[in-house]
Order: sequence, then C-alpha cells, then structure tokens
Amino acid sequence: MNIDLSRRSFLRLSGAGVAATSLTAMGFSEAEAAEAAHVRDFKLATMTETRNICTYCSVACGIIMYSKGDLAAGEKAELIHIEGDADHPTNKGTLCPKGAALKDYVKAETRLTHPRIRRPGSDRFEEITWDEAFDKIARAVKDDRDANLIEKNAEGVQVNRLTTTGFLAASATTNETAWATWKVVRSLGLVGFDNQARV
Amino acid sequence: MTNSWTDIKNTDLVVIMGGNAAEAHPCGFKWVTEAKHHRGAKLIVVDPRFNRSASVSDYYAPIRPGSDIAFLMGVIRWCIENDKVQWDYVRNYTNVGYLVREDFGWQDGMFTGYDEEKRSYDQTSWEYELGEDGYVINDETLTHPRCVWQLLKKHVDVYTPEFVENLCGTPKDRFLKICEMIGETASPTKTMTSMYALGWTQHSKGAQNIRGMAMLQLLLGNIGVPGGGMNALRGHSNIQGLTDVGLMSNLIPGYLNMPRETEPDFATYMSTRANKPLRPNQMSYWQNYGKFMVSFMKALWGDKATAENGWGYDWLPKLDIAQYDAMRMFNMMKNGEVNIYFCQGFNPLLSFPNRGKMTEAFSKLKLLVVMDPLATETAAFWENHGIYNDVDTASIQTEVLELPTTCFAEDEGATVNSGRWLQWHWAGATPPGQAKTDVWIMAQIYHRIKALYETEGGKSPEPILNLSWDYADPEEPTAAELAKELNGRALTTLYDATDPTKVVLEAGKQVSGFGQLRDDGSTASACWIYAGCFTEDGNAMARRDNSDPSGMGVHLNWSFAWPANRRVLYNRASCDLDGKPWDPSRVLIEWNGEKWVGPDIPDIAVTAKPREVGPFIMNPEGTSRFFSRRLMRDGPFPTHMEPFESPVANPLNPNMRGNPVARVFPDDLANMATSDEFPLVATSYRLTEHFHYWTKHNYVNAVNQPEFFVEISEELAAEKGIVKGGRVRVWSKRGQVWAKAVVTKRIRPLICDGKPVHVVGIPIHWGFKGAARKGFGPNTLGPFVGDANIETPEFKAYLVNIEPASEGMA
Repeated sequence: MNIDLSRRSFLRLSGAGVAATSLTAMGFSEAEAAEAAHVRDFKLATMTETRNICTYCSVACGIIMYSKGDLAAGEKAELIHIEGDADHPTNKGTLCPKGAALKDYVKAETRLTHPRIRRPGSDRFEEITWDEAFDKIARAVKDDRDANLIEKNAEGVQVNRLTTTGFLAASATTNETAWATWKVVRSLGLVGFDNQARV
Repeated sequence: MTNSWTDIKNTDLVVIMGGNAAEAHPCGFKWVTEAKHHRGAKLIVVDPRFNRSASVSDYYAPIRPGSDIAFLMGVIRWCIENDKVQWDYVRNYTNVGYLVREDFGWQDGMFTGYDEEKRSYDQTSWEYELGEDGYVINDETLTHPRCVWQLLKKHVDVYTPEFVENLCGTPKDRFLKICEMIGETASPTKTMTSMYALGWTQHSKGAQNIRGMAMLQLLLGNIGVPGGGMNALRGHSNIQGLTDVGLMSNLIPGYLNMPRETEPDFATYMSTRANKPLRPNQMSYWQNYGKFMVSFMKALWGDKATAENGWGYDWLPKLDIAQYDAMRMFNMMKNGEVNIYFCQGFNPLLSFPNRGKMTEAFSKLKLLVVMDPLATETAAFWENHGIYNDVDTASIQTEVLELPTTCFAEDEGATVNSGRWLQWHWAGATPPGQAKTDVWIMAQIYHRIKALYETEGGKSPEPILNLSWDYADPEEPTAAELAKELNGRALTTLYDATDPTKVVLEAGKQVSGFGQLRDDGSTASACWIYAGCFTEDGNAMARRDNSDPSGMGVHLNWSFAWPANRRVLYNRASCDLDGKPWDPSRVLIEWNGEKWVGPDIPDIAVTAKPREVGPFIMNPEGTSRFFSRRLMRDGPFPTHMEPFESPVANPLNPNMRGNPVARVFPDDLANMATSDEFPLVATSYRLTEHFHYWTKHNYVNAVNQPEFFVEISEELAAEKGIVKGGRVRVWSKRGQVWAKAVVTKRIRPLICDGKPVHVVGIPIHWGFKGAARKGFGPNTLGPFVGDANIETPEFKAYLVNIEPASEGMA
C-alpha cells in the first residue's frame, strides 16, 4: 500500500476500506470487490478543496472550503462545506461557533446579487446595470471634485484636498484590495478616509 | 500584537483586561488553555462582567467601566513599593534614567501647558533635557528628582489600594491579590502577557489605558520576551492589514504620515523626520524614513515621480487638521458639508455612536454608495422599520447605490492576523449573481473618472492621470500583481553602496527586504513593512510549512509576518545586556559571540554587538519609554480621567469632565448626560455566537442568539421591578432601545465613592436586516466622542437609564 496517500485519496479509500474490513472479519472476503464497487464515496472526496482564512476575527483561523466544481479550472464552483484546517498552526482544525457556521454567511439569503439604486424619496431599491451605476458614480464624483477640490490654500501651497466626498474601507478585504482602494481614493484627493480600525 | 497567538503558550501569567478572548476570540484563547495546562500558567480577568473568560480564570476582579488607568497605575505603584521590578531590564532598556525638562509638572490631574480654550496642551515642557552633545542626559543612579524614574514614582503615588478600591469598585483584597500575582513576573524567568481589545480602546482615553499596561509590562521586563508583550486582539480579519496599508485619514502605507499643508514641499516634509539618535550608537531605524517614502511615491506615481518634482509630493492631498476621522466626517455630513460617501464593507449606521445623528447625517448626502456582500442597514437607512428604524422615507432625498461584492470565499489575497502574519487565501466559490470583487469595482470607478478628466479636463487632473496603473488587465488587477507592488522591486539595477561593482539586485527584480529600499528613485515599494512578502522566491504569504523546530510556536515558514518575517517584536529585549536569554529555557534569539541567532528573526542588526545598540531600534533613544514625551495628546504618563458621562466626579479634579483634550463637537456636548438624570453605567460587548452585524444574516447564528437583550444584575432588576426575560426600555440622552432583560449574577453592583454603581451590559449584534429578529445596537445610545489621540468612540462607558416596558411594544 502506498503510504504517501494524499488527504483526498485517503478520504476516498477510507469509505470503501471500512466496509471491506468488516466484511472480511465476518468471512465475506469474496464479496469485497463487489461491495467496494457500490459503497458510496465519502461525499467530500469528490469536492475541490480550497485553503482559506476565516473572515471574521483576527485570530484568522485556517479553513478548508469544499466546493462542487473547480474554480481554478474555470468551472462554476458551489460551496458545499467549510471546516477548520488541521494543518493551521493557530487553530489546528478548530472553529468557534461563528466560524463553524461560516458557510451560511457565504450563502446567506441576504447576499447582494445585483447592483441596485434607491432614488431620492423612494421607498424601494430598483435594479440597475453596473454600467449605469458606474456612470452615475463617476459623474457625481467628478462634479463634486471639480466644484469642491481645494487645489491651493491661502498660502498658495498645492494641497489637492477634497473633503466633500468621503470613503470608509472594509477591514475584511485583502491587503491587495486595500492597496488598489488607497490608490484610487487618494488620487482623487480624499482625506475623509478610514477603516474599521477607527471604531 | 507584539507577539503571536501561538506564542501565548509560552507565558506564565495571562491578564485579560479590556477584552474577553474566550468569547470574542475563542480559537486564539486555546493558547491560554495550552499555557495553563502545559506550563501551569495562571489567568487573571479584570472586567465589569464575570464573562466566560472570567469563568475559566484563576482569579477575577470586577472593575467599573472607564477606570482602568487608576487600576493599572495602582499596580505599578504596588510593584515599585514592593520592589517587583526587573531592574536589569528597566535600567538598561527603558528611559527611567533620562532627565525631563525642569518646567514639566502634573497637578490636579493635569499636566503642564493646558489651554482650556483650545482643549489641548502646549507640550513644550513634556520633553527630555538634552546635553551639549545633543543626547538626552541620563542619570544612572535614578536619583535625580527630574529623572523619569523619580517622576514616575511621584506620578503613581496617588493610586493607593484604597484609592483604587474607591474609584474602580474593585475590592481591595482582590486588587492586592492581583498585584501579587502580577508582581511575580518581575522575575527574569517569568513572563506575563496582556490580552486586550476594544474594552480598552473604546474610551475617550483608550490609548492611555494601553500605555498603562505597556508601562507595567516594561517594569516587569515582559516586552520582547516569549510569552510576554502587549497583545491587541484585533477585531476584523484584516483590520491589521487595512491599517498597515494606511487606509486611515492621516496615514500612508507602512505607518508613514500624510503630509500637512504646513509642509509645502518634500524637503520640508522630510526635515522633521530625520530621527537623529538621542543616545550614542542607536539605530533609530526611522532614520530610513526617506527611503520608504520615496519608494512609496515611486510605487504610487511610477515614472512620473522624479527627483525634480519631489517624487510627486505635490499630488498628494495635504491635511489642514490632524485628521478627517470618520466621526468628524459624520459631523460634517450632518452639517451638510459632505455630498458623497462610500461604504466599502462597512456598516456605519450600526457602528458609530448616536444613531440618530448618523441617520440625520446620511439623510443630508446627495449620494451614498455601498459596496458589500450583504444587505446592510446603512444601505437601507431610509427604510422605515417601525421602532427599529423610525424614519420618514419620503423626506429623505439621498440617492443610494448598493453594489454587490464578493466575500472571502470568492476572492484571493492576503489578510493580516493580530500577530502580523500575512496569510494568503484562495477563491473556492463562484460569486452569487452579479457580485464583483472590490478591486474590479475600484478599477471601474477609477477608469471612468479618469476618462472624464481626459475628455473634459477639470481641476488638478495630475494625480488621477499620473497614478501608476501598470497591470496586465487594467480592468481587474490580480491579487498577485498588487501584492508584488506592496512588496516592491528594483527599478534600476542596485549596486552595493560600499562596492559599486557588486550587484545587489537587478532591475525589475522584487526586493527581498526593506533593507534594499533607497531614496534615489531606484526602488519602488508601496508598503515598506511588507517588503519580503512576495520576493523572487515567490509568494511568502502562501507558505504552509507548519513545522516549529524550537517548539516555541514561532512557525517561521508559515506565511509571512511583518516586519522581516519577525514573530516577536523587540525580541532583542528577551536577552540580557550581554545577549544571553533571560530564561535559558525559552530562547527566541541569542548572541553567539559573532552574531544574533535563534528560532526567530532578530529584531536588531544581526551583527550589532551587545551593550552597544539598545533593543528598541525604532526609537531614537534605543530604549522604551515610561515617559512618552510629546507623542500623545493627553500626557506623557497615563493619568486617571473619568468617562465623559460618569457616575462619579474625578477625585483628582472634580471639575474635569472626561478627557480634557478629547475633541467634542458643541451639539454633542449638549447631548451628554449627568448621573442625576442617568444613574446607570452602560457598556457594550460581543457574544461568542455572533460577529458584529454579519452573523445575524446566518440562520445558525441567529438561532443560537436570536434576540437583542441587555444584561443587568439581580440587585438592579429588583430595584427597578424588572423580571427575568421581561421587556425593558433603555434610554440615554441620545436615544432609546427596547430589549429583553437578562438578569444575571455575572454583573454585580460596584461600590464607588461610597455609593452603588450599577452596570448595564449591551451586546452589539442586532439591526433590522438579516435572519435574526429585529433589534437594536448600543450605538443608538452611545456618546459622540472619541479617544483624544485616535478618535475611537467611547462605547465602553456612558450613562443610561432603564425601566420595565410593556410586552406589546412592536
């Protein structure tokens, strides 16, 4: 037997193995092959495993996400299960009551799926296209910036300061998102710029 | 955190004060359990509530919310009086011997230089006395009346056990027992770790709470050592990273500062950042500031940044005030001075104090843009939900755009844990519907605005047009591309400074560390402290070797920790003056006669000889500070200040209200209560079953904790006629909430200044969106005032009242 089993092939074999072993013990060794053939695979063994980090607190527990479909291979991937990553030095596979229910956050009914607009005075959101949303944002920010950017102060110093548009950034996004956000926000001259660390 | 989660197993004593790790950070708390089980470590919990951390502690003491400084100064006083001081550490690694200017002083709870009108101090006197050689004068005998040690002794003298008991409501015997337990860790072979969170930050003097503990840890020699340190248990998964990358009003990535308009050009900006050493031989690492700043601007503007144009300094926004922090922006918004506001994965309607003011502020915007994976209350601030969001929808003229974003499961990149580990994650799920990554959204916004400037012209287009945006697909930069930019690279071939024939790094290659960064425009690095995270050897953040040969929980080959993959900051201080570890059984680094070696990355130049260079290399002194000079607005020592809304007067100065230098806007001051009207102290907290306002969108968590409640003592319940599980109304001067009453023994009345003080505990997790029942958060009630240094709202101590309410209400 190849002892260098990968985690996945181990899972795949173990389902069949347990059944075969007990059958052998009861003297049904002849039935082994036939039995193994129709014992169901452990469900997760057919999933794509992806390593991730819990999105909640900053203990930052390692997690393994199991998906139907391989995103990296260009397939549609549906999240089926999340469990703690036993290899992770901090959590060693454990998860708290929040992390244990992490999948339900990803698949919450209240996930947003479409850009929407609430018009002035209206009592509801309406769906709009991404293009419409971006055109609105770009127009509004450009107009506000052109009207209110302080280019120079009284002493003639170039200050490029815009206080009439502000931005609160997310603390569950990645560093890479943060850097892209920093660049765009500061190039516009925004100074009212913060993240959750402020609270 | 100065240390890491896994390092907590090396401790002898855990003090949880200002946090509740067992409930808010359960999987990190396991390392406390490890330390207790394997090392026989003890756990002390000091908290207004007997919370679940307390329930597994070895010793617990209650404390009145907002009185932590008095408690900590009291412990310092006790340690000094009982000679529980790690003298070799204190004498050599701190500033105790340095002389302070003659005109510095403290009386009536105030330091010299207070200007009541400006609500700030003239800090001129809060400074060392320098000798003719430009170095600070050091009195090794510690006897000079103006040396820091003597000033510290004088400063803490008032905080006797009786004073602490009277002010904090902590019984004297409990306080003294804790002093004794803490005092034991003054031994060079015993360490204590401090685990704290928002219980210390959410005060108008939050930063001083933390300084108080940092000073105690210095006194005991517990900073830089395994199992020691100041460990901030940060809230969100990447709150550390967002701060590292400088997404705050006053920051540039890597803790560089946004320029002020009083710094009109780059030379002026740099002129105050020379960071000349204050003692001989010291590294004063911030002397390299210019290298980091120029490399940053090269990353930001690319080829457009040149020596001639001051590396594009003109294009950076310049601040006219210290910062446009979020509360200032909401105050401006309420005054009609803000037109557009973006909320990226942030739900401020439930996060900032005085919800009524927040609603009023959002109602004055022209456009609110919300980018979020979930339907947030902020995006729906205009929806009427009865008592839960009682607004007049039709009168609100704000246009709201709600943009669906991906969440962690659907994107790739690094988040930074409390212990500064940058851990890479991969996408494993297709985003729902039309949800998109924040990077794609920011790129679209940028390109469209840029196109408008290109076609129409407009005000100061240079920073927009000159922004470096060099990505294979400009519409959606990849995580790897952005991470490489954060790390930095050589723009031209780098040669050794001492041997110009020797190539250090070829043009275009990723730098291997911040030591390679230069101030001549030959390197670019967006965030110098991250240098080393994505080098020519690949993505260090994705490393998954969990081995730990030393058994010290170092895990050097797991992900990447900033700075320089170092796991314990200031670890030079884990050794004595000659470079021998204080505790030979717990070695992080040691001097082998030629260089520093050991399981961790030394926090000092590897060949820096012992006795020459001090361990606190970022400070110009080379030592750590009991006296913090002019670095904090509210004083060089922590001094007791009451919360703005307090049940008792400040015994040091009955006329002082809150923090005398905290910023308060006029209408918010008018909205603050006194204890004759509102006699109860409110404090907010998290529950194990919920994370902020996110998990209420999950059925599982919503079932576990379905409904908003407040927690009160049996004594208060009896006094007010409130029954277990009954409905109550809680109100402050700013708003009211209705909740179920949880009547427990976990909160007990405290006796302060001779009278009982009752505490009302208010968890934070409910709103009017999601799967849980509709409810309220404490932000409806909290005061609109923040910490004097960093503007974190005072959610942990303010005044309310409570009464039974009829069951029929909504």
